[in-house]
Parts: sequence; C-alpha cells; structure tokens
Amino acid sequence: MATIYVDGDAYQVNERHNLLEACLQLGFDLPYFCWHPAMGSVGACRQCAVRRYKDEDDDQGSIVMACMSPAADGTRLSVHDEEARDFRASVIEWLMANHPHDCPVCAEGGECHLQDMTVMTGHNYRRFRFGKRTHRNQYLGPFIAHEMNRCIACYRCTRFYREYAGGDDLDAIGMHDHVYFGRHRDGTLENEFSGNLVEVCPTGVFTDKPLTDTYTRKWDLRAAPSVCIHCGVGCNISPGERYGAVKRVQNRYNGAVNGYFLCDRGRFGYDFVNLPERLRTPAARAAPDRSEETLSADDAAGRLRELLGRSGTIGIGSPRATLETNHALREAVGAERFHDGMDAATHRLVGLIADIHRQGGTRLPSLTDMENADAVLVLGEDLTNTAPRIALSLRQTVRNKARETAAGLSVPAWHDAAVRNVARYSRTPLYLAAPHATRLDDAASQVTHRSAADIARLGAAVAHALDASAPAPDGLDEKARQLADQVADTLREAERPLVVSGCGAGSEAVIRAAANVARALGTDRGPADLCLCVPEANSLGVALMGGGGVDDALAALENGDADSVVIAENDLYERAPRGRVDGALGKARNVVLLDALPQDTADRATLILPAATFAESDGTLVSYEGRAQRLFKVMNPEGDLRESWRWLAEAAGADWFGGDRGSVTRHCAQRHEALSGITEAAPDADFREAGEKVARAPMRYSGRTAMAANKHVQEAEPPRDPESPLAMTMEGRAPAPEQPGSVIPYFWAPRWNSVQAVNKFQAEIAGPLAGGDAGERLLEPDGTAHPGYLSVEIPSSSGNGSVWRAVPVRHIFGSDPLSRRSRPLAERVPEAALRLHPDDAEALGAARDDTLTLEMAGEQWRLPVRPDASVPHGTAGVPIGLPGGPAALFAAEMALRKEVSS
Amino acid sequence: MSQETPLTRDIPDQGEPLDLAGYEQAGGYGALRKAVDEMGPEAVIQAVKDSKLRGRGGAGFPTGMKWGFMPRGDDAPERKYLIANADEMEPGTFKDRLLMEGNPHQFVESLVISAYAMGTQTAYIFLRDAYRLCRRRLQRAIDEARAAGYVGENVLGSGFDVEIHIHASAGRYICGEETALINALEGRRATPRDKPPFPQQAGLWGWPTIVNNVETLCNVPHIVARGPEWFRNLSHTENGGTKLYGVSGRVNRPGCWELPMGATLRELVDEHAGGMREGYRFRGCLPGGGSTPFLTGEHLDLGLDFDAVEEAGSRLGTGSVVVLDDRTSLMGFLRNLELFYARESCGWCTPCRDGLPWVARLLGALEAGEGRAQDIDVLEMHTRFLGPGRTFCAHAPGAMGPLQSALKHFPDDFRAGVRESELAEVS
Repeated sequence: MATIYVDGDAYQVNERHNLLEACLQLGFDLPYFCWHPAMGSVGACRQCAVRRYKDEDDDQGSIVMACMSPAADGTRLSVHDEEARDFRASVIEWLMANHPHDCPVCAEGGECHLQDMTVMTGHNYRRFRFGKRTHRNQYLGPFIAHEMNRCIACYRCTRFYREYAGGDDLDAIGMHDHVYFGRHRDGTLENEFSGNLVEVCPTGVFTDKPLTDTYTRKWDLRAAPSVCIHCGVGCNISPGERYGAVKRVQNRYNGAVNGYFLCDRGRFGYDFVNLPERLRTPAARAAPDRSEETLSADDAAGRLRELLGRSGTIGIGSPRATLETNHALREAVGAERFHDGMDAATHRLVGLIADIHRQGGTRLPSLTDMENADAVLVLGEDLTNTAPRIALSLRQTVRNKARETAAGLSVPAWHDAAVRNVARYSRTPLYLAAPHATRLDDAASQVTHRSAADIARLGAAVAHALDASAPAPDGLDEKARQLADQVADTLREAERPLVVSGCGAGSEAVIRAAANVARALGTDRGPADLCLCVPEANSLGVALMGGGGVDDALAALENGDADSVVIAENDLYERAPRGRVDGALGKARNVVLLDALPQDTADRATLILPAATFAESDGTLVSYEGRAQRLFKVMNPEGDLRESWRWLAEAAGADWFGGDRGSVTRHCAQRHEALSGITEAAPDADFREAGEKVARAPMRYSGRTAMAANKHVQEAEPPRDPESPLAMTMEGRAPAPEQPGSVIPYFWAPRWNSVQAVNKFQAEIAGPLAGGDAGERLLEPDGTAHPGYLSVEIPSSSGNGSVWRAVPVRHIFGSDPLSRRSRPLAERVPEAALRLHPDDAEALGAARDDTLTLEMAGEQWRLPVRPDASVPHGTAGVPIGLPGGPAALFAAEMALRKEVSS
Repeated sequence: MSQETPLTRDIPDQGEPLDLAGYEQAGGYGALRKAVDEMGPEAVIQAVKDSKLRGRGGAGFPTGMKWGFMPRGDDAPERKYLIANADEMEPGTFKDRLLMEGNPHQFVESLVISAYAMGTQTAYIFLRDAYRLCRRRLQRAIDEARAAGYVGENVLGSGFDVEIHIHASAGRYICGEETALINALEGRRATPRDKPPFPQQAGLWGWPTIVNNVETLCNVPHIVARGPEWFRNLSHTENGGTKLYGVSGRVNRPGCWELPMGATLRELVDEHAGGMREGYRFRGCLPGGGSTPFLTGEHLDLGLDFDAVEEAGSRLGTGSVVVLDDRTSLMGFLRNLELFYARESCGWCTPCRDGLPWVARLLGALEAGEGRAQDIDVLEMHTRFLGPGRTFCAHAPGAMGPLQSALKHFPDDFRAGVRESELAEVS
C-alpha cells in the first residue's frame, strides 16, 4: 500500500495503481475517456488532469494526467485545483466542438459516458462558433451501428478491437481532427467480440444495432441478473426488457468470470426469446402424424400428471436447461429413469471431465486465474468457437511476459502504450494444438494442427516428459517428440502453468492427456491449472447430477422398457442420428416436450408444454469452472408459459415443492452431494436490503400507467415476483455496491449513468465486486491429492482409405441451437462446408465448392468442399450445427463420396 | 579562426556534390579512420561530450549526454539502433537539405562514426519524402562508401559492421518528433510515445535507439578530426561549434549560412540576407522556425545561441529565422502557421487535435475582421492549455509559441480584427 495526499487528506491506495485508478477507487469523480480498467492507460484524451506537487513544500505543482502518473507513496495531488478543473472543462469544450448535439436521438443518450463527464466537468456554455466536421458512416454488419460524427477520438475502440481482441478490420484512419475509426470499406466487423465496442465506446459512435431497431432507453428497460446460456463459460449478463421483449443483452461485470467483456454470441443471441413462432400454447396430438390441437394449461398439466410416476415413463433432461428443470424432471420420473440429455459421445466426455476434477491433483481456474498464467498449453480446443470468452482471456495471458519485461524497465503494467512499445515481442508461451486452424492461432507462440489422436499423443508425450511415470504414447513421430519436450520444458519452468482442453475435439484421449499434463506439473509444485471446456451452459451441472445419456433413453424406448418419454428443453435430433430418433419415438405412446421454440422433436410430440426461456425463468447453471450461478428472469412468463421446472414439479405433485424455484433448488441441493452448494449461488427470496428487495426496473422507469393501455384502459397491476430477492418493478432498492453481485441487475450510480458505473461497485478497480462476485464454486479439486495418471488409449483408425476420421468444426455463430435462431446472429451463420486437406480433396476429385456426400451413422449430408491445408490428412472437418450439416458428430468415422453428376 | 565553416566548406555553389574520390581528397573519411584506428568508441563519445555540441533539431539537448544514455559494454542489449532524423519539415527550415544534398559523404561518414561510437550496427536515415534529390545523392554516397569499405562488414578492418538504410517518410511534420518517427519507422501510425521510457532505453522495436538531427551528426567527423577544443572555439558562446542559420521572409537574399554559434540577428538579416526588401520594415521574427516565439527589434543584437534565445523568451530551434515585416497581416501570418500545425496534428490527444483547428479559425476570423470580443480570451486560453504537460507531446506547445508571443508583443493586431460593434468589450 501507498499513502497519497489528495487535496491535503491522506489515503491508503494500491501502489500498483495509477492516480486515476486510485482516485476512482477512493470515490473521487475524476473524469476520463481513454483509460479503460481492462486496457490500461495511453494518455490520449487528457481528461483526467490533476495538479501534482513535488513535496510538502511545493505550492506550485504541475498539471499531470492522473492516468499516466503512478500512485507512488507520498504523492501529493489536488483534484479540486482550479486550473486542473478549468483544464478538464476545456477538454470537454474541445470535444464538444465537433460532437453533435443529437443526444435526444442518440441510442447512447441516458447511458452516455460523454454526457456524464460533460456534466461532471461543468462545461455548458458553448464558445466554439464554427462549423463541425462531419464524417460518412459505415455499414458494419448486423450487430453494430456506426455514427462517426459523435466520435471524440479516445482510441478505445481500436485499442479494444485490435490490441485486446485481436481483430484487424477496424482501425484509426487519417490524421488531426479528421481521424476516422472504421473499416477500410463498408462491411461486417469480423471479430467475434465486436459487440463490446458498444460498451467500450464512451459515446454513441458504436451502438447496439438490434436495440436501436426497436429502441428503448436504459431507464425504461427492466433488467435482471442473468447468466449467458449459449456456452459453458458462464458469463454474467444483464438482459434488458420492455413490452415483453428482450431488447438487448449487456455485460454484467463478474470479476472472476467475464470481467468487462462478452462474445457476440452471448450479446446478440437472445432474440430467440422474441420470435413470433415461440411455443406459447399447450398442444396435443393423438399420434405423431396427426394434427395438433391446443389445450388449456390445466388440461395439459393433467395429461402430464397422468404420465409421471409410471414405470414406463422416462425423462430426458437437457444440458441447456437449469438444474431446477433437470431436477424436477428427475424427481418426476424417478432417478433411474432420468437421462441427462447429452449425446453419447458428449455424455462420456463431460462425465470424464467431472471425474477428473473430482479426483483432484489440479486446480480448476476461473477466467481471471487463466489470465494470470505464465505458460499455456491448449490441447484440441478451438476456443474462439467453443468457449469464446476463454479465447479472449488467453489473448491477455500471452501479454504477461511483456508486462514482466516492462516492469524490468520500471514501466508499470497499467501503462499500456509503454508496455507495448518496450516489450512488443515479449510473449508468454502459448502452445496450441488443434485439429484445424483456429482464430487463436495468431496469439500462440507455436501452433500445430494434428488429428485428435495425434493431439492426444502429443499431450501424453508432454506428460511423460514431465513425469516418467505418466503413460507414454505409442506411435509418436519425431517432430511431435521434439515439440513435446519443448512444451514440457516450458511448462516445467513456469510458476503458473495452465492446460486448456475440453470436449471440442470430441476425443476422450485428448482430455485424458491434458489431465495427465496438468497432474504431472503438480508433482513437484502446487497444483497446475486445468481448464476443461464443456459445450453447454449446464453440461457440468447435469453431469454432476448423474443419469444416462440420450442413447440410453432411446434404447429404453427401442427395447420396450419404456413407452413414454418426457423431454425437457431438448431436441433429440441434435443428440442422435435422425433414423434412430425416428424409430425410438415411433415406438413411444407418449412423447411429451417442454420447450420454448418449435423444433424437430416438437413435430413428433404428442404433448407440447410451452416453456419459459432464460428471460422468463429463474434457475441455476453450473459452468465449466464448477461455478453454480443463479439466473433471474427479466419478465414473468405470460399466458400459458411456465418454467419447465414448474410444469414438472406441479404435475408431479411432489411434497417437497413449495410452489417456488427456491424449494426446487433446495431439494436439488439436498439430493445431490456434489450440488449441495447451489443454494449459496445467490440469496433466497427472503433477502432484503433495508427492508426492500432489489428493483429490476430503474427508478426513472417511465410510462407504466399507460404501457398496457392497448389492452385495458385501467392501469395494469404491476408484475410481482415473490419467489426471488428481486422486485419486477422500480419499487425496491436501486443496485448498490453493498449488494451481492448475484442480485445486481445492472450497474448505475449517481452521476454515472453509463456502464462505467461499475467502477463504483468494485472492491478494487477491475477487481472483485464489493458485495462479492456472483457464483458458488462447487468443485474445489483437492490440489494436494495425487490421483495418479489416466490411461490414454488412442483409438486406432481403421486405416481403410474409404473411411475418414471426423473432426467437429464448430462456429460461434451457428453451432448453438438457440442463438443461431436469433435474427441478428442468423445473418452471421456461415454456410455448412466440409474442410479437407487439399491433397485429400484432390484425391477425391473434388475442387473447391464441389459437393461431396458425407455418410455417418446411417445418415447422409451433401456438403460443399473447402480445401484447408490446416486439416490433417485423412481427417474431415465436419461443420456442426450449421444449416444443411449434421447437428452433432454421431460417429468418429465416416465415408465421403463425390457426386456423380447425372 | 572563427571564420571556419567546416560543415559547408566542401559544398559546391552549384552542380554535383563531391563524389567519394573528391571527398577523400578533401580529407574525407579521415575522421572515421582516426576514430577506428586511434580513438575507440569511448574516446569518440568523450570528444562529443567535451565539444559541448548541442542537438541541432530544435531542442538543443547536449548530444554527448544523449549518447551517454545508450547502454554500452557487455551488458548492453544485442541490438541497438541509430536514427538520423532527416524529416526536416519545420516551416522556414532547409538546412539539413543543404547538408545532405551538398555533401552526402560528410553525412554518411558522420553516421558511420556515430554508429561506431555507440556500437550500433544499423543506422536509419528517416528522410523527408519530398527530399528526392537528397535520397538519390545519399544512396549513391552510401553505395560508394560500401564499395570502399567504409560501410558494411568490418569497416576499415576494425571488426565493426554497420549498415545504413534510407527510409523515405510518408510526409508528416510529427515524424520529426523522435518517438513518432520511431512509430512511423515501425510501420505504425506516427503518434508520439510517452517518455519515459526514452528511446535510449526502449526505442525502435523495443531496442535502445538514438535519434539525432542531420546537422548534429554532421559535426561529429569534424569534432573527431580536429578535437573538441577546436570545435568549442568555433563558437562565440558557450554552445560549441558553428550553426547553419537561415533567413526567410521579405529580405533581399533569403538563404542559409554557416556562422559561428552566437551570430547576431542583425548580422543575419542585414549582412547575410542583405537587409529588408525595399518598402518593408522588420517587425519581428521567429528565430528558429515556425514553432518558436517571436523576437522583436529589441533583440536584433542578441547573439543567437540556445541559452541566449531562451533567456529572451524564445527558442533557437533550428536557427531558421522567419521574418515578419510591417506589411504582412500578422493574423494571416499566424493563421497560416496554426493551420499548418492543426493539419499536422497526429490526432492523438484532445487539446492538440481539437484545439489547434479552433485557434486557426479564430485567427481567420480576426484576419477577416470578423472577430468577437471573447476570441482573444479563447486564444489566450489555448496558449495556456496547449502548453507543456497538458498535451501529449511538444507539438501543440510549439505551435502556441508564435501565438502566445504575438499576443504579448502585438496585442493591437488582435484588437484590430474584432468587429467594431464588439470592440468596447475587449479589455
């Protein structure tokens, strides 16, 4: 700690901070633009000027930029100094010379950092009387709207996009007061994290395009503390709702997880909630081929009740549904008749991951932990497409070495520009082995593209090189052996080594090899970090709950052990080959589906119950990290919509069900030792702060007396939520720093109307939230355990020339069944295509874009060919989840045939 | 011997500069031979320190001290760079061009000696794009020198290797700022870097780098050849050596001359530039290029060196005097200058990027007689708030030099630009 004196008063601050961070931490309202808590200082905007004195006797001092000055012990400064204040007002005056006075029609208005800073500095009288410079705007794709005239040239956008996120199609162009931030030409921003520009931009240059299409101001949006459901990372989000529609998703700061940033799937994937084709009415069919008839909710619940508890009724849950939904189903059908809803391969992989963490010997890192690593090995995972936020974190990890080098030259870590200049080429080692080229390759110090089997061999060789008692692989080539030795040497030297793998390559052997590397690293130091990615928001949660996979459920229907099936928030056609699902469902007398959107299984259902989405339901999810996180609804389910767990628990008539989500959570925690911590994920419904709940709607929420006037002239009764610590309306406590992070729906503080208000909620700038980061870690692997090594059995390929090893190729936009139906995201879903090594394509006589027929697990797909030299020989990259391609990889091998044109 | 002109002695009045043979005949590369054979790197650095040579790019920083910051010896980083700042874009300044066009081998020799002294194996000449003739002549000189063993591997059998590269700038004034120059050389936007770390710690591609002006470097062979004492004695003052002074404006013979450091303004304007043109009177001048504050008639007998000019409230800068006469509109003169600086702002920091265009437009309004009462206050505000420490680099503070001094010396010119109806409000 350091002591600094601000306007004569002594304060204790962190000496690793700069003066701006120190002042903000202390609660001073010091305005700024270019500094960003996650991106550091560059000194461009000159907004955070203060007067600094040399010592006690210095009464002159000099104007310095707080963001460029260290919070060194004994520093004396004045925030309130008259000249510093005048200068800060002048900076706004200069920015306002060209900034348009269009706040009333600007999407940023009301949550604009520039507005806040303008008010803060006190500049109001306009002296600049000349014309303003104007720019042309660009089309930047379906996510981001562009209005360059509002630009104040803080350089945050390009710093985030290029330097933080690794993008290269946005740049600062031109000079002096014509500097322009855009693409070289109109076109979609390609980077997977482009949506963060909306929050990074301190004014309305980059705004949320889907929001602006049906615009609502921040103060008119009801928001909720929620968790992204589009992958297994567990980023915290804040959906905003108005008129029964989700209007946008914003980042919700969690110091241990997503920090300040989301991926574009998470930010723009919510729109499936709003689709007109949502299932909203219970429906029944006498038989799968008969037409639907609608039912009343009571009638539907009655039909469900009749089926539950019968020995012939099995349940299929879902890794994309909450623990509560899965638990309610499990209890309703009986534990032995419950299935976790994962396809056969994923069921095995996620189960293996849960076992590995339970056995211990490694540490399960948060994203923050991963950003602190000093050597990284990625095995088999295309992170940008399977766990995008982790890819963004690893881009920061590789800069740790530069910060270390810079520290040697007395350049502090917050001085981002200087760190980049003095140590541009210092990189923390990141070894990346993937089955094909990935979007993280450019951040890696070394990349190798190999088949999953060879990646497993490489991993096993690294483990063996680290510890000879770890099993050595067979059939390792010389190049791989050398690389393995190099990786082992690097990891051995590291203080905080990190191994990242997961389900992405579809290979058990890869995961086992990764676990062995991490365990081998732990033998003569503390435990190493082992991150194993899982595909869906609750994959790990359902794995911890236990149960068979979809294959087992289908087998039960096929062999007559069951005649009815209740499916919660799942589409079986995503989980098993079409022919098999058709056959199994064809044998079932009753197929009950609870879900939110029409999908293929719904076409075969004899009873459909409309289910609430994440936006209309409370529940608990378990991320890759074993972090149980509570999500709260942003609107009440209307009409016949109900949360799946409510349909199920009510219909089952369970005595433990108290009619609310909390009773389901508690019962789930009691039933499952591994899930006993989930009740701690967030406060219960009886949580009160000063006697009040936390309000989901801001205190300025307008129009509620009239907003339902199209339905009834009388003011509608305000929506209520007795089941959670949050109120649906503005009645209640506004978000405040002392509240637990898990119940803070959005960040807003007096004088801080933009997302930058989060500064006021943190225990330390860019650190944990003052009230605690959201989530309860369920798995704390025992780092002192020595669980031994896993066998790494590498399945041999049949070696037959007509058989191809299949490797799944996922895409951030498309491979997730819910977000790909979101309208803005649907525009970004790429065409399904087969990736083959050019030699292999040539051997098949297939040129680029020629169509090949893929045969796998008895099904056929016709796909265009994309020669890709990064795909290993004999391997075919199969697009997963894209229109026209398979929903999942149902077999490790497959056949390819060239169409014979007729 | 105060009449010696070592820098320009071998520059022909007209025609091609000396080729290698001619330069050698005039004693060229003798200094290099002496440095390598007799002195060694440390002695060269010591000689430059002792010579009291100060940087001729404008800031006047002692060259020997700057060199001393370069890490040397066994612990020094494996790579180091020498950069010659030949991006001469200061308004009114053309002295480096004279040196490079007129005696390219002298410049090449200075680079090799300096690189040798600091142990850098790579030297870049960051050359103003418009200097096409310089580029041709320098490239020819480098090629000739390489063929003769002065450049390349094992220079004169010393075991020292040096390569010289010419990099043509894309043509921005800000590239004259050494850290912006380094960014530009790296292929990045020409935006200055924060200091510290200084280039000598971490410059080009993060390696120790020294950036020197062309004229500064050209003194080095002469200091080496004839010793620091001789060099100091060339000057009338404490600042060592001669100086290339230039004069532009309404004088009879605008030009550039090598004179002992400390020559007076009167000597320059009246003797060398032949006095003011018929019908024009001297009103004031910017003594060292467009970014230096005005000197006036009372300073005509001032001996121009770094310290004296600073004491008089201005800066010696590049030593290129821009004369203001009594028939040129001061508002137009300033508007033209400030518009230049506004256009040449890199756009990085707010006060410079958005303040300078405002200043230029206010001066335009005053020039047109359309000024408002508050305009002078706004200009005055800019001279304070675009000062050192407030902006990211010295570009805007430099641009404020002429304006701030004009407000002080010629306040009536500003008042004259304010509309009649508002004049009463001007204090």
